[in-house]
Amino acid sequence: MSMTKRALLLLSCAGLLATTPMAALAQEWEPRRPIDFVIMAGPGGGADQIARFIQSVAEKHDMTTRPLVPNNKGGGSGAEALIHVSGASDPDHTILVTLNSFFTTPLRQANLGIDIQTFTPVAMMGVDPFALWVHRESGITDFEGFLTQVRAMNGEYVMGGTGVGQEDSIVIAFMSAAYGLDVKYIPYDGGGAVARDLAGQQIMATVNNPSEAKGFYEAGDFVPLLAFSDERIPAYPDVPTIRELGQDFSYYNQRAVVGAPGMSEGAAAYYQDLFTKIYETEEWQGYLTSESMSPLWMNADEQRAYWGTQVESHRALLAELDG
Amino acid sequence: MRYGEILTAGVLALFSIYLMVKSAELPIGFIRGQGPGGGAWPFWLSGIMLICCAMIALNWWRRTSPPSQSDEPFLDGHGWRTIGLVGGGLIGFIVLIEIISMYGAIAVFLFYYLWFLGRHSLRLSLILSLSTPLLFFFFFEGMMRITMPTGMSFTDPVFDFLYDIIY
Amino acid sequence: MEILGLLGDGMLIALQPLNLLLIFAGVTVGLFIGAMPGLGSVNGVAILLPITFLVPPSGAIIFLAAIYYGAMYGGAISSVTLGIPGASTAVATTFDGRPLAMKGRASLALVTAAIASFIGGSVANIIFTGFAPVLASVALSFGPPEIFALMLLAFATFVGLGSDDIPKTIFSICLGLVLGAIGFDQISGAPRLVLFDINAFLQGIGFLVLAIGVYGIGEMLWTIEQTRGEVENNTPKMTARGMASDAGEAIREGWKGTAIGSFLGFFVGILPAAGATPASLMAYGVAKMTSRKPEQFGRGSVDGIAAPEAANNSASTGSMLPMLTLGIPGSPTTAILLGGMVIWGLVPGPRLFVDESEFVWGLIGSFYISNMAALFINLAFIPVFIWMLRMPFTILAPMIFVLSIVGGYAATRDMFDIWLILIFGFGALVLRRLDYPLAPAVLAIVLGPIAEPTLRQSLLLSSGDPMIFFTRPVAGPITIIAIILILLPALKLLRRKKPAAVIGE
Repeated sequence: MSMTKRALLLLSCAGLLATTPMAALAQEWEPRRPIDFVIMAGPGGGADQIARFIQSVAEKHDMTTRPLVPNNKGGGSGAEALIHVSGASDPDHTILVTLNSFFTTPLRQANLGIDIQTFTPVAMMGVDPFALWVHRESGITDFEGFLTQVRAMNGEYVMGGTGVGQEDSIVIAFMSAAYGLDVKYIPYDGGGAVARDLAGQQIMATVNNPSEAKGFYEAGDFVPLLAFSDERIPAYPDVPTIRELGQDFSYYNQRAVVGAPGMSEGAAAYYQDLFTKIYETEEWQGYLTSESMSPLWMNADEQRAYWGTQVESHRALLAELDG
Repeated sequence: MRYGEILTAGVLALFSIYLMVKSAELPIGFIRGQGPGGGAWPFWLSGIMLICCAMIALNWWRRTSPPSQSDEPFLDGHGWRTIGLVGGGLIGFIVLIEIISMYGAIAVFLFYYLWFLGRHSLRLSLILSLSTPLLFFFFFEGMMRITMPTGMSFTDPVFDFLYDIIY
Repeated sequence: MEILGLLGDGMLIALQPLNLLLIFAGVTVGLFIGAMPGLGSVNGVAILLPITFLVPPSGAIIFLAAIYYGAMYGGAISSVTLGIPGASTAVATTFDGRPLAMKGRASLALVTAAIASFIGGSVANIIFTGFAPVLASVALSFGPPEIFALMLLAFATFVGLGSDDIPKTIFSICLGLVLGAIGFDQISGAPRLVLFDINAFLQGIGFLVLAIGVYGIGEMLWTIEQTRGEVENNTPKMTARGMASDAGEAIREGWKGTAIGSFLGFFVGILPAAGATPASLMAYGVAKMTSRKPEQFGRGSVDGIAAPEAANNSASTGSMLPMLTLGIPGSPTTAILLGGMVIWGLVPGPRLFVDESEFVWGLIGSFYISNMAALFINLAFIPVFIWMLRMPFTILAPMIFVLSIVGGYAATRDMFDIWLILIFGFGALVLRRLDYPLAPAVLAIVLGPIAEPTLRQSLLLSSGDPMIFFTRPVAGPITIIAIILILLPALKLLRRKKPAAVIGE
């Protein structure tokens, strides 16, 4: 196994000349360069962890002839990543792990001149639901209690999130409008910082993906009140969804892989095949379950159609947010 | 030097004004109940920069700062020549990265500096300027997995070969 | 005593032959990664991944911790030998490390850095072992107002760092802060200061771009111009006896700075968002303030190297605390460590200490061993770095340029940043010639992006009332101390200025 050989060489600090003869048997397209695996978030966040997990699965099963090289481009709500990928000099070796800023950033920054329909669909690895969390010591145990508390605080209730226009702020804006809530929203630079300040009770509630709140939930510090998914989240069967409360609303963060605009058909087919294989591994399926993500498998055409509907629904949500 | 001091202060003052104008695209005032707007921090800091430039100009006029007293030229002929040769070499280096790849550019730059500027022997210059990029390639691409620009497409066969070695 | 038992078990895990091998390999690799400007321990993760599939999780994380330690030691090497701070944590080390190297005492600077780092790391390890859970709750009590107050305190130590030309020093600080504001406004989410409407500025300007531009290009061009490219080589050869006497001198002259850095560094390091950069800066400032020979600082003071080096190692160990006790990353490296844990099937979070006790204590045990290994490996490599310094300047200079450009590219993989580095380099050359101090700008670009959002988050919390910085129990005293520290030198200066003016006339 080439992996083992490489690592052993590194161990002996002589990792300079690993010889891994390539079996060039197929006529099909194969990467000839390391693959620029662009991540639309800084190191350490939820999106980054997912990308690195995907990379480690590919490495473990030795699925690619050239490595996936993670490249964090988190600046400007993903604008940096979109500019980098759409201007890639070698589109056949450039792929992007996206979240919903794939839809929102081009909408909010029209001057970037990014048309996401030019990107190449590769794979939808899953969608991440959102839930409303409070700290255990707040004494709030259900959504009713939350509503009472927020109304009683009269505009002084403090929620934290990752910034105006980001996924959680869209959910909070919807919730506030639907229930006539007035909350203070403090923007942070990442989901980790938000979770930390909820744990330290600097803020009173957050809307966050279960994966980022899981550790604190298991320790008993965080209490989920409401899920923003279509069905109840399996890990939290007692937590109602906002749909059950009569609101026609659900919101997910997409965890999808897309190719650079102008990618050749052969390359697109290669990556679609690669990520289908990764998706089907035991590791990825286990990861989906443990991180409370939902599968939402789609083929390339369905993905393009999905992008279209997402852009429209985000246009409406953002208009509400700004208005 | 005295001339350079006031000229630089002037350019920096213009830059500060530009930054202030640019910051003012976002609210620069204090928004009631929210604190300062998005442009406030850079706007007022650029304002302080502008004031500093004015003070530097005042010191220049009063001749209190060392550069404003000095009559020696900002750079003498030899200085301009050195900076031109080295700085020009750097600019060439960066332009070459996009054409003949990072590693090719390193080789050319090192050879230029060692042989032409440093006046080392041809043998030493060649050895160093060819072995360094090769070593860098194996370190960055092989070990650290950091890909460097490969330049225009005519370099592809070389890199295809090198990547076949390390992966 | 239960803790000692757990720690003992942990050390035994770290001392298993495979893990010991991983520690030595990791420290060596880390040392070289850290010594390369542009690369840091974050890049170590690339090497980690293949290893993960060969050894158990505890071995993998021990390897990464070893890289982390090695890289922390390595940061000082490029500060001293190349004059380029390879990481923001090593900026303060250049203040005195570079002058010492210029005097031909590079070996003393490197030995001091190694010993101070070792002591800083050891002190941090001991505090960590004894009080981890208590300290975690202290860390959590720091919200935005407290962090802003801490940033004020860090800025207070700036005041003593500038040159005598006050307008130029203030200009430099503000320039760094404004450059740090380029990109996106975190609070409103709006693009800000997109200079000349070039979209590439949306990603902001990183610390490394400015630091490499200023030190790697600007300072080098300046040196070449000043010396006509013929720098005298006065670095003596390294001998074992020389190193021993350097070690003696380092301990004699630098014990105070080391002590200050070790303790201060740890407590600043455990705080969220703060990290090792303000820690090293504050340690330098405090060491200078309490020194009996403050005039030595900036001219090659041993204390001035010991304090920031002890502090950044101590703080880096401290930043592991929120990660292990709460599952919250304190730095990009710890963030990737956390990601690694998820990959290995561990759940980061408050329960990690309880549920995965063997894993956690194995890691803590490996801190002790890594720290010791790092000291010895670092000392062993010092002659190699000294040998590099003894190369003719016409070979060293182009190598430094190449390292700057390659390292600058490696950090962000963006050609735009390379052009910025060059522009900053030429700009720095002009400003350097005209006596503008540039270190304040380089530090401000690190601290600004922490200070501004916390200031505005705090004001959002208080509905715009600035009293929040004075009324909160922790933030209040820190703010007041910071304000006093900022005003004190200003008052001194005003009093000093009058007699000086008389003499001048």
